[in-house]
Amino acid sequence: MSEMTVRRPDQKMDEIMGLLLRTGVVLAAAIVFVGGVVYLTRHQLPVTNYRVFAGEPVELRTISGILHEALALHGRGLIQLGLLALIATPVARVAFSLFAFLYERDWTYVFVTVLVLGLLVYSLFGGHAG
Amino acid sequence: MHRFARDNRVESLVSISRKNAGLRLFGAAVNTVEFTALVGAGSLLAGFLGSLTGLGGGVVIVPLLSLVFHVDLKYAIGAALVSVIATSSGAAAAYVKEGFSNIRVGMFLEIATTIGALVGAALALYLRASVIAVIFGLVLIYSAYTSLRQGPHALENQPPDRIATWLRMDGTFPGEHGLESYHVRGVPLGFAIMFVAGVLSGLLGIGSGAVKVLAMDKAMKLPFKVSTTTSNFMIGVTAAASAGIYLSRGYIDPGLAMPVMLGVLLGSLAGARVLARANVKVLRYVFSGVIGILAIEMIYSGITGGL
Repeated sequence: MSEMTVRRPDQKMDEIMGLLLRTGVVLAAAIVFVGGVVYLTRHQLPVTNYRVFAGEPVELRTISGILHEALALHGRGLIQLGLLALIATPVARVAFSLFAFLYERDWTYVFVTVLVLGLLVYSLFGGHAG
Repeated sequence: MHRFARDNRVESLVSISRKNAGLRLFGAAVNTVEFTALVGAGSLLAGFLGSLTGLGGGVVIVPLLSLVFHVDLKYAIGAALVSVIATSSGAAAAYVKEGFSNIRVGMFLEIATTIGALVGAALALYLRASVIAVIFGLVLIYSAYTSLRQGPHALENQPPDRIATWLRMDGTFPGEHGLESYHVRGVPLGFAIMFVAGVLSGLLGIGSGAVKVLAMDKAMKLPFKVSTTTSNFMIGVTAAASAGIYLSRGYIDPGLAMPVMLGVLLGSLAGARVLARANVKVLRYVFSGVIGILAIEMIYSGITGGL
């Protein structure tokens, strides 16, 4: 019984965070897999030449373009959507930590977390085409 | 207009591959399905060995893709970065429940790693592939070296530190006799090393776990279990910071990232299952040897302009 009382204060938070991360990775992998099947069954071109860097077309490197391509059920669009879900998973974890620190009224770490979240959002939405 | 530009690009890609008479690997022409299967199998093995030895799968993906499959370094780094997020988040989901990782230390240091990752991703735009290849080789050698040299870890409890106390970083972890508490030290030095880890991650598409553990283990004197799990916890966030930039710059190719991400993820999950029963010591020597050879080849290709 005494062992049961040894609960770390952040245990509940850790459990939700673990679930969040696992769900994100499984969801992303499933979308990438489905996209991969579509891509391989419909891809009639010879293998893309990865030796020469050409860069992805606009519709596969912006969030709106990827959503559009994925909704059209294009294989490459679906894979990019899965990869986007994967990139969003750690971002969601940071966002969740923000709520946890707000709940604990730990203002120092609310500030720290907002800063990290801001940097991540800047990376995803900053528009770094070039 | 949009559609026209795309068709043009597809046309030019087709003509490039026609000129080369298709892609050839190991002297034989391969089609898309075969290429995907080969990259997937290589990634599976990389993820499996990386998770068994604790070196991470991402670290061999870039040399594998660029040296064996002749993939352009930018595409290789983009694909590796994505696989790093997958394995880190998958593993962190398991670790976080065990209660070893220090979320405050992790979050505070993520300021340094994300800024570093953004700087690294920006640098990747300006540095030549040959320079990146040489830096990559040196980091590979360092990773292999740290995995072999496993010194004793100072376990005596450290005295409290002013900055760490103010940031409420001191924590507890489940030890042999219930919860054991520890004090965190060296926050500024740890922060500085984490910035370097972030730059390397953004520049090379790796998790740079070895550098992160160095910061927390040696500079901040965290207990070994705490530093390794917190490092894993941070790798996903660091990689996500540079992955956003890589994606919007068009460095992440779906056809290549798909087999790499799925392969490394499945391989590392299988590795984690086997880990408890395996004799890792010999394997670690072998894998470190492979990484050492890949490192020398990366440096050689970089200097001779083979990449």
